[in-house]
Amino acid sequence: MTILVGAFLLLAVGACATAVVRPVRAAPALAAIAGGLGCALGVVAGVAALARGAHEIWTVAWSAPIGSLAFGIDPLSAFFLVCVFAVGGLSLLYAAGYFAGEPDARSAARAAAWLQLLVAAMAGVVIARDAISFLVAWEAMFLASYFLVTFDDRDERVRSAGFVYLVASHASVVLLLVFFGTLARHADGLAFAEFAAAPLAGRPAMAAFAVALAGFGIKAGLWPLHGWLPEAHPAAPSPVSALMSGAMIKMGVYGLLRSLAFVDAAPAACGMALLAVGGVSAIAGIALALAETDVKRVLAYSSVENVGIVALGIAVGMLGRAAHAPAVAVAGFAGALLHVLNHGLFKGLLFQAAGAVAHATGTRDLNALGGLLRRMPATGALCLVGAVAISALPPLNGFASEWLIYFGALSAGRPALGGGHAAVAIAAVPVLALAGGLAVACFVRLFGVAFLGEPRSPEAARAHECRPPMIAAMALAAVACAAIGVAPGLALRIVAAPALELAGSDATGLAPAAASLAAVSRVVAWLVAAAALLFAGRALLLRRRAVARAVTWDCGYAAPTPRMQYTATSFAEPALEPFLPLLSVRVRRRPVTGIFPERAELDAAVTDPGAAAIARAARALTAPFERLRALQRGPVQLYLLYVLLTLIALLVWQVRA
Amino acid sequence: MRTAVACTWAALLLLALPPLLLGIVVRVKAIAAGRAGAPLLQGYRDLARLLRKTPVYSGTTTWVFRAGPIVALAATAAAGCLLPLGAGAALLAFEGDLVLFAYLLGLGRFAMMSAALDTGSSFEGMGASREAAIGSLGEVAVFLVLVTLVVATGELSLSAIFAGLDAGGGNPALWLAAAALAAVLLAENARIPIDDPTTHLELTMVHEVMALDHSGPDLAFVEYGAAMKLAVTSALLVGLVWPAAARQPIALAGGMIAVAVAIGLVESAMARLRLPRVKQYLIGSAALAGVALAAELVLRGAA
Repeated sequence: MTILVGAFLLLAVGACATAVVRPVRAAPALAAIAGGLGCALGVVAGVAALARGAHEIWTVAWSAPIGSLAFGIDPLSAFFLVCVFAVGGLSLLYAAGYFAGEPDARSAARAAAWLQLLVAAMAGVVIARDAISFLVAWEAMFLASYFLVTFDDRDERVRSAGFVYLVASHASVVLLLVFFGTLARHADGLAFAEFAAAPLAGRPAMAAFAVALAGFGIKAGLWPLHGWLPEAHPAAPSPVSALMSGAMIKMGVYGLLRSLAFVDAAPAACGMALLAVGGVSAIAGIALALAETDVKRVLAYSSVENVGIVALGIAVGMLGRAAHAPAVAVAGFAGALLHVLNHGLFKGLLFQAAGAVAHATGTRDLNALGGLLRRMPATGALCLVGAVAISALPPLNGFASEWLIYFGALSAGRPALGGGHAAVAIAAVPVLALAGGLAVACFVRLFGVAFLGEPRSPEAARAHECRPPMIAAMALAAVACAAIGVAPGLALRIVAAPALELAGSDATGLAPAAASLAAVSRVVAWLVAAAALLFAGRALLLRRRAVARAVTWDCGYAAPTPRMQYTATSFAEPALEPFLPLLSVRVRRRPVTGIFPERAELDAAVTDPGAAAIARAARALTAPFERLRALQRGPVQLYLLYVLLTLIALLVWQVRA
Repeated sequence: MRTAVACTWAALLLLALPPLLLGIVVRVKAIAAGRAGAPLLQGYRDLARLLRKTPVYSGTTTWVFRAGPIVALAATAAAGCLLPLGAGAALLAFEGDLVLFAYLLGLGRFAMMSAALDTGSSFEGMGASREAAIGSLGEVAVFLVLVTLVVATGELSLSAIFAGLDAGGGNPALWLAAAALAAVLLAENARIPIDDPTTHLELTMVHEVMALDHSGPDLAFVEYGAAMKLAVTSALLVGLVWPAAARQPIALAGGMIAVAVAIGLVESAMARLRLPRVKQYLIGSAALAGVALAAELVLRGAA
């Protein structure tokens, strides 16, 4: 606990120091050192708590009417602390490089301070043990991230994105208030321990789960409540996007997992509902990512997909638990948790690479990029690692977590389990397969169009490599991705304790998955050995041969230009085509007319029907309140009149009572 | 001792047989068209010739282009090590290896598509884009077949599944699954009716166009990897249709050759589908696999 307090103190002191330090230019570096140390301490504290299986509660006296605040740590908290601090530390390191070149040094210093507060607030959410402290930390997390999203507040679009984020977050808080209020009334207390001691059951439990799913689902970015994600991420600076997508949206996942204990052994129906929501999120998210051409929006939609995959894992775990099948439940929860960590690493890495690209070229439009691997070799290679990892391909970490979810879902299909509710979990398999196939298409496209081939614009041709702290942050994330991928058995040890607790199983439930993950390591070793052997063989064959250089063979065409390359849009079309009836496509065209046609144009953009429907519903809901604007006229006299009228009304009411 | 024999057989089937399979396909097509055709062993000669050649690289390409064929070949070989080839369980069998099998083939696809995009050629970009579409839909069908097998046998490892299928002969759900797998096999290996390996028009190619810029040993790796993928997927199909063969190396080789003959006959009898139809073909095979799974679940419920 001392280490954890140390981490919080370092982040808080670091934030204050960053905000006031002179010269202002030194602020991001200071944030990286103080905050980075704090995060390192936090990771140590989390790992130590996991290792000793800590279940501790600390109560802090509080003079306000609510009595005392409770904080605590258990395996689930400890695991999420590791995620938050690991992604937070990498983002702070990256920010030191990213903000170093920011023309507005004052804003950069403020952002660096907010970043540290955001990390601290997320850690606070994770260790909160009563409704009040949880909601306070939750709001602190929102405020810190809001000021980070609106960093560039001179831009109209950024302000509007900030407003969307504000509305979405507060809708989430309203739902959480309802959820915690219901629990508090039922348990007659505000502490999580009291909620867990008197869990809801039956229909009220299902209703409460639905409210929690909606409330936490907004934060996590589950479809169709994800509307704020593709707005806020492109608006925010890249280290902020990395932290928000890598860690902050996982707070929604954490909240959902935490509340499973409050709705007694959430019934199988809840698991099926979550399976459906997760499946739709996974496929809709990746299809929309494939349709986007703005690099950061692609990554934002891919977060929707990955949260959907996490939800699928949780659903498999819930169904397994409901069917008393520990092998299914443990694999599902372990896969979901490991995917939370993995996604933090590779999505952080990809957002950081996207930031480096945007920094170097001044554009985020995929169709204006190309050929960056020659100009930014380190960023390109690291981005490739992230792309392979997020496509869930061996030998990297994304495969390990998705494999666990597959393993849980496939185990549910074994007749030995007697079928029942658990068998529904096999529905996750084809969904994961489709999402996986589309993810390969999406990230080959992202990496291939941005980094390979020839530059599609003069800006891309002039790109330069990014600063060393940014490369260092990306390299650390890439090393972690590779380590988890090569030794998934070790990674399983990090998620074992919380997964076993969520699944309500003893350590035997973990054995089948652990044995198989060890075998995955073996196959990965063979794969690497085979590739190394082939490289060596090729080098041997080419020894003393003069390898010739030429232009790309374009089927006899002698003067290929960069404009002839496949663009991101054209690459996506065949894979996306089966899904187009489900998405809304806006096409603007000026067709070719006449014998000597003038300028012809075709511009197609895919919009997101889910987010649009939610936005329409929100507008319909708020429309009646527009009338209240009539009250707001401006003259102070009028407002004084309102005060007077209110007082008279109150007086009349009192007199009559 | 037994394992040494098993390894030798697996190595023979995985490493030595693949070029012969392609030779058989070509020969069957030639005979069906009334020609004599190339020698059966032409594939081996082509590989040897390519390995002796010096490659030419486009100035646009980077190390990604050179790594693509190597990673694809290594991934296919690793996937082959997860299949029971001839004698008993696979070399690297474990519970849940079927997922790794499918994802290793996915890694190969990722590597080849990245290498294609690295050339900056519009044709290769087109091929990669089509491969991505075919791969994403094909994956669904493959996994639905695998789930059907898991439900039918209660096993999670390819080796144990094929060992357990013996008892389940005559199961109609498995025949549906086999039909779906056969349809996906044609798509995954870029055969007619999805892709025509002998076409001369780059605009209609998928697999071949992605290898336009590769030459020398790199092209040898690409060709060899494609042949190995054909061998691996046909071994999977043989194991499903004729499970007893999975334990008999000679029978398995015979089965794989039979698959090659069947591919040759299909290619002689059919034309390539128009590209918009490919989507329907793949969704159809996924639907077939879905029906197989539903049938298996219903049959299990009835039993």
